[in-house]
Amino acid sequence: MDYSNLRRQAASMKKSLFDQGYLDEQFCQVEDLQDEASPNFVEEVVTLFFKDSGRLMSNIEQALEKYPRDFNRWDTYMQQLKGSCSSIGASRMKNECMSFRDSCGQGNVEGCMRSFQKVKREHAVLRQKLESYFQLLRQAGPAGAATRPVM
Amino acid sequence: MAVAIEAPFHVLAVDDSLPDRKLIERLLKTSSFQGLAFVCVVTTVDSGSKALEFLGLHDHEDSPISAQSDQQEVAVNLIITDYCMPGMTGYDLLKKIKESSYLRDIPVVIMSSDNIPSRINRCLEEGADEFFLKPVRLSDMSKLKPHILKSRCKEHYQQEQHLQSNSESNNSSNPTSENSSSSTSSNSHKRKAVDEEILPHTIRPRHS
Repeated sequence: MDYSNLRRQAASMKKSLFDQGYLDEQFCQVEDLQDEASPNFVEEVVTLFFKDSGRLMSNIEQALEKYPRDFNRWDTYMQQLKGSCSSIGASRMKNECMSFRDSCGQGNVEGCMRSFQKVKREHAVLRQKLESYFQLLRQAGPAGAATRPVM
Repeated sequence: MAVAIEAPFHVLAVDDSLPDRKLIERLLKTSSFQGLAFVCVVTTVDSGSKALEFLGLHDHEDSPISAQSDQQEVAVNLIITDYCMPGMTGYDLLKKIKESSYLRDIPVVIMSSDNIPSRINRCLEEGADEFFLKPVRLSDMSKLKPHILKSRCKEHYQQEQHLQSNSESNNSSNPTSENSSSSTSSNSHKRKAVDEEILPHTIRPRHS
């Protein structure tokens, strides 16, 4: 198996995630915490993120239905989700969270609904991309995650 | 005086976010704190009320359930908490800690994703030792170093005091330290560790 080729592919995939704005510098900060003692740290945190964000999004979905025009409640839930996105460097998803909060601030129900759909879409896309990335990393072997993207 | 860094440094981290708890735990454990050699033990809880429970303090009490200092107990050397949490906020937790005569000298760090100066000031005025903007980074950990050193210095001094008073039982100039609070309400970084005669904060571990 050509490990160096796989590593190149992984590096290239990571670079495009950054170039396309899916991830930001905070993701690098998380990667910096990974070492021989904690070799799967990034993937573990990302897994926790998707578990936690799934729960938070479901809270928001319910709140949108059960508490119409309760912008304070909606905003509070979204603030939690935005915080999680921020912690792992999920940049595009975070931006959609911020749009949602803006709409809450304006009392704009339609805006909230539209933004929430975007949040859900970004969540799904990011999950798929990161799953592919981690799978490639695993195939590439332990040295696969070593490099920072060239920006 | 050489500061011996032997015992683990125990941090209680409070955050309702699961990924954030994992991150803060790793940040604390990964930090070398610029060459201090010690083991950092981290306990994470997901709410202010669980933090108080762990610290042995219930909402309506000021003193621990049983404060028997000669028993094997878990000492908490630093508390780091998120500000925005459902139920009890980090600020509420900070207040409770600072109102407690036996907890108030544990350094408290507040984390928040919002950069609101009035919030930051309010926390510092209430006695928070540091305020970190989220997402917290490895470079933020170096700000904890003075608090760690102060805590270690204090413990080392108390160990010496204890040994001294044991061997010189009629020495009246070095009283065995009780829970006398000597810290002033102002949160000055220049508080001298050697002037304080307070027991390390020992809390009976909860089995849950």
